[in-house]
Amino acid sequence: MASTDLSTGRTRPARPSIDALGWLRENLFSSWLNTLISLVLLWMIYELVSGLAGFIFHAQGWSAVASNLKLLLTWTYPPDQLWRPQLVFGLLALLLGLSAGVWRGITLVLATGFGALCLIAALLALALPATANQVALQAWQMCLAAAALVLAGYGGSTAARERLRWPVVIAWVLLYPTVILILRGVGGAMPVVGSNLWGGLMLTVLLSASGIVLSFPLGVLLALGRRGNLPVIRWFCVAYIELIRGVPLVTVLYMASLMLPLFLPGGENIDQLVRATVAVTLFSAAYLAEILRGGLQAIPKGQAEAARALGLNMFQTTLLIMLPQALRAVIPVLVSHFISLFKDTSLVVIVGLADLLGAAQGIVGQPQWLGTPGGVWRETFLVIAVIYWALSFTMSRSARQIELELNIGKQ
Amino acid sequence: MATEARQRTATPFYRDSRSIASILQVGFAIAVMVGLWLLYTNMMDGLRRANLLPSFAFLTQPAGFPIAESVIPYDPTMNYGQAFIVGVINTLRVAVTGIILATILGLFLGICRLSNNWLLRNAALVYVEIVRNVPLLLQLIFWFLLTKAFPRVQESINLGGLIYLHNRGLTMAWPEAHASFTEWTPWLWAGLLLGVAYYVARRIQFVRRDRPGIALPWALLLVAGTALAGFVATRLQTGDWPVVLNLPELQRFNFTGGLAVTASFAALLIGLVIYTAAFISEVVRSGIQAVNKGQREAARALGLTNGQTLRLVIFPQALRIIIPPLTSQYLNLAKNSSLAVAIAYPDLFYVGSTINNQTGQAVPVILMLMGSYLVLSLLTSLVMNWYNRRIQLVER
Amino acid sequence: MKRQMLVVLTGALAMLLTACGGQTPQAATQPPAQPTTAAPATTQGPTAAPATAATAAPSAAAGGGQAQPATGGRIQTIISRGKLICGVNASALPGFASVDSTGTYKGFDIDYCKAIAAALFNDPSKVEYRPLSAADRFTALQTGEIDVLNRNSTFTLQRDGALGLEWMPTTFYDGQGMMVRKSSNIKTLEDLNGATICVQTGTTTELNLADNFRARGLKFTPLVFQTNDEVVAAYEADQCNGFTTDKSGLVSSQTLLKNPAEHQILDVTMSKEPLGPAVAQGDQQWGDAVRWIVFATFQAEEFGITSANLGEFTSSTVPDIQRFLGLGDNKLGAGVGLSNDFVQRVIKAVGNYEEIYNRNLGPSTPFNLPRGLNTLYTKGGLLYSPPFR
Repeated sequence: MASTDLSTGRTRPARPSIDALGWLRENLFSSWLNTLISLVLLWMIYELVSGLAGFIFHAQGWSAVASNLKLLLTWTYPPDQLWRPQLVFGLLALLLGLSAGVWRGITLVLATGFGALCLIAALLALALPATANQVALQAWQMCLAAAALVLAGYGGSTAARERLRWPVVIAWVLLYPTVILILRGVGGAMPVVGSNLWGGLMLTVLLSASGIVLSFPLGVLLALGRRGNLPVIRWFCVAYIELIRGVPLVTVLYMASLMLPLFLPGGENIDQLVRATVAVTLFSAAYLAEILRGGLQAIPKGQAEAARALGLNMFQTTLLIMLPQALRAVIPVLVSHFISLFKDTSLVVIVGLADLLGAAQGIVGQPQWLGTPGGVWRETFLVIAVIYWALSFTMSRSARQIELELNIGKQ
Repeated sequence: MATEARQRTATPFYRDSRSIASILQVGFAIAVMVGLWLLYTNMMDGLRRANLLPSFAFLTQPAGFPIAESVIPYDPTMNYGQAFIVGVINTLRVAVTGIILATILGLFLGICRLSNNWLLRNAALVYVEIVRNVPLLLQLIFWFLLTKAFPRVQESINLGGLIYLHNRGLTMAWPEAHASFTEWTPWLWAGLLLGVAYYVARRIQFVRRDRPGIALPWALLLVAGTALAGFVATRLQTGDWPVVLNLPELQRFNFTGGLAVTASFAALLIGLVIYTAAFISEVVRSGIQAVNKGQREAARALGLTNGQTLRLVIFPQALRIIIPPLTSQYLNLAKNSSLAVAIAYPDLFYVGSTINNQTGQAVPVILMLMGSYLVLSLLTSLVMNWYNRRIQLVER
Repeated sequence: MKRQMLVVLTGALAMLLTACGGQTPQAATQPPAQPTTAAPATTQGPTAAPATAATAAPSAAAGGGQAQPATGGRIQTIISRGKLICGVNASALPGFASVDSTGTYKGFDIDYCKAIAAALFNDPSKVEYRPLSAADRFTALQTGEIDVLNRNSTFTLQRDGALGLEWMPTTFYDGQGMMVRKSSNIKTLEDLNGATICVQTGTTTELNLADNFRARGLKFTPLVFQTNDEVVAAYEADQCNGFTTDKSGLVSSQTLLKNPAEHQILDVTMSKEPLGPAVAQGDQQWGDAVRWIVFATFQAEEFGITSANLGEFTSSTVPDIQRFLGLGDNKLGAGVGLSNDFVQRVIKAVGNYEEIYNRNLGPSTPFNLPRGLNTLYTKGGLLYSPPFR
């Protein structure tokens, strides 16, 4: 078991220790073809790495990113209100830490990934010049604080696992509305900040989180409807799911941004963010339904029959027996779905929202960079590509870890 | 009997699961219809207020806007319907080319992922992990902006006078049929016929002898040989080559002649292929790994070479596992081609949104767009499902 | 574990409700339940509106919507919202609309947004700017996302009619031009035969380009982008030989180029481009209000009233000026749903047309754009305000 290399699926016998030369001969130069491939690849890697390093050290546009970090992260969110996104970030960190302590396992994996990212970001942010005139923490302070909060949450909750269980669950349930409330504001010390000012990484994360959270109920209903034995409902669900899955997200976004206001009486004004959220939710629900359907199919028939035999009704069977098991089975797929949603939210640029990608485009278009030879797009896009990559990669690694844990649990 | 019937009717209808089901469904259907009807009336009401009642009449009006590239002849005097078709064809062009290239690259990478060369295996892994964790739109914009780094048309990078690279894309020499092409066509037909006949005969022979063999390369060689012979024969007969290379020539502003690939198309194609290939390679890798290890060992024990094992034993079995997820990758590629709008390639979505902008007919345009993508998805699924059924039948 | 799963699950289901709850604050910027029914035109509550509108629509549409009770009330919506939502250019068009380093909007189009806000609220800062691309600007009006569009948009029959917009008086008379590199030795459009030309999508420019070249029997390859930024960047990178848009836009974009002196604008005008604000069709009162705010800036220049000397005129005894400024018993503003002193508010905030023009495009700016047709009719231009009486 321990010797199974899961990334390639090959079982390897316990190998006697080989010296470095032997390893090289076996893995890189075992035949003339392999030698050739290895040499060519080594040359290519050298060219790529040296080219990239040369670019990183000689590029002149890094100041475009450094001086516009605030735009990348929150776009035009009022500078004197920046403590609010930071508060949200801190809340999330604390909650992750608490959950990690309470449940260990899966949540611990996620929290560790999150904390590690924060630490790395904090180290990177140390190199940035301090930005003045903001009533908020500097970037490195914020990242460090988040990492500390994860740790504090973890430490605090391990001490009182049983007592904290329910409060943490309730906190998770309330997280999404709380976040919206904090960002949106209520007046007084938290003046209302219109969603037309939201943007950057904050918007990207918010949109993808909305895509999961809001589409969840709809996705569950669609999955159950498609699995159920009521033909009318089943047809409707099938039609909806297949229609949405057959068209690109851009068209759904486009439709929401053009037609949503028309669907409401009186031609009310709906802001662009709500339209995009609705589109992402409707889109995500169809995919979520298919994922959940897969999870439901994986549950042995006996489970439902046993539940019925115990006197549970349809509703109870579904809610208490079927869904929890289905959900557990599809957690890794759910994380993958979240990752693709996270990447796909970049399409909101096309309907005029400034998410992380949109913010980057905005920075590249600033007139003051026209003098920089070649523009600053390479530097800016490299930075946001790294941000996207780091977040997606951490999530996909966590998903794989979760998958392993679940499998171990099964055996 | 009678008492039984009475007992059954004694169950009140609201506890009878069948009637509950019917009521539920009727209620649901009514709710959905009322909902849709409300949305519809609201929409029509809003459109009427804006004096924008939806109609497809605009399709026959002249479009007036130019489209940068088109396979079929198009100019701004043609109507919106024709402009839309140009968009559809442009989408098909990039989707079909993209699917073919992504499959080749994905297959190659998938096999690399299983190579016994540590460096190759991990280079492929790094490629996959980088490419699939960065949004496609960002990658497309990156490739498109990268084209700006190429020299101006006047200072194009010249690759042997056949291909010119510049910041508007690339222009390459392209074969062009001459008048004597008609003389050559019989040779082509004959070559094709010969090739097919040879291939079929050989296959029958293999099956009879129950031994594998190589037929396709020889058949192709036969076709090519006949065609070449005809090519020379036509030249001797008419004094004119049937097909000549049309070389690009630099005019004052642009190249004329040859085949022009715009920067937008190139960026879109490269982006889609690189992105989708990463996913396809994962599909291929897990498909190959899913084939029972015993199969490989048995093949080797029978004395098949590495290549033969892969081609004759592993791959046909892996294919059955690969096809369904591969289909969904193809669908993704086709749908993702709509991101062309961000890099100025006039695809279906791009042309559709331009039409909406000119006419204000949002509802018909969205219906046409969604309909087109649905048909495209459906066609792809149909073809792939047909292929899937065909290879599943191989199982005996 | 299971029980917690259940709670998370029911929590997720509850999200459907909380989600709506979470978004209601966002909707709060919209008219909060129509507080003032003092609106002269609104006779019914907001929810009852669609039904009546549906039945009333055919006749209203046929009559040009002069009755307008069902769909009116945009002014009340704006006032109860507390700010005007003004659609402006998303990509920088210095002189007309651009964002400076402190994040404030500046430009000719922006000043007209401010003028309208000043007339409504007596405070030019009560504007929310909504950056729009050429492709989504009209949709934003049609769907009611913005109150007024001030985005160097050309008044055409198609847009006035089929697109469901209502055009306000032209604030800037422009014509389409073509920019080329000086080194390319291009003097006329004919020299551009076979060239690649950069143009922004969804514009009349795109259509005029095709028409002009076809009429002259010339061939060209379009290179089309969504935003002006992209067009300028592509032209800068020499991906195209020519760059076409309105001449004012060319002058403005030229200042953005790395080396403006290397480029020139051809001495050819390819079209008529009357640029001005637009509102959505169907609310006559709102259209009238914006129309007369624009006229007020013309008339103020004609009278010689500026933001500096406005005080001298408030004691004027000339009847024309008294009427114009809403002095004494003159109640002209109410007729278009505005306050009687709206002209004073506008002049105080942004000044007359000349001031707006000079502040953004005049000799003291990098553009130094001659006024050309954009002078008063008394000086041979096209600016002419109907009488304020």
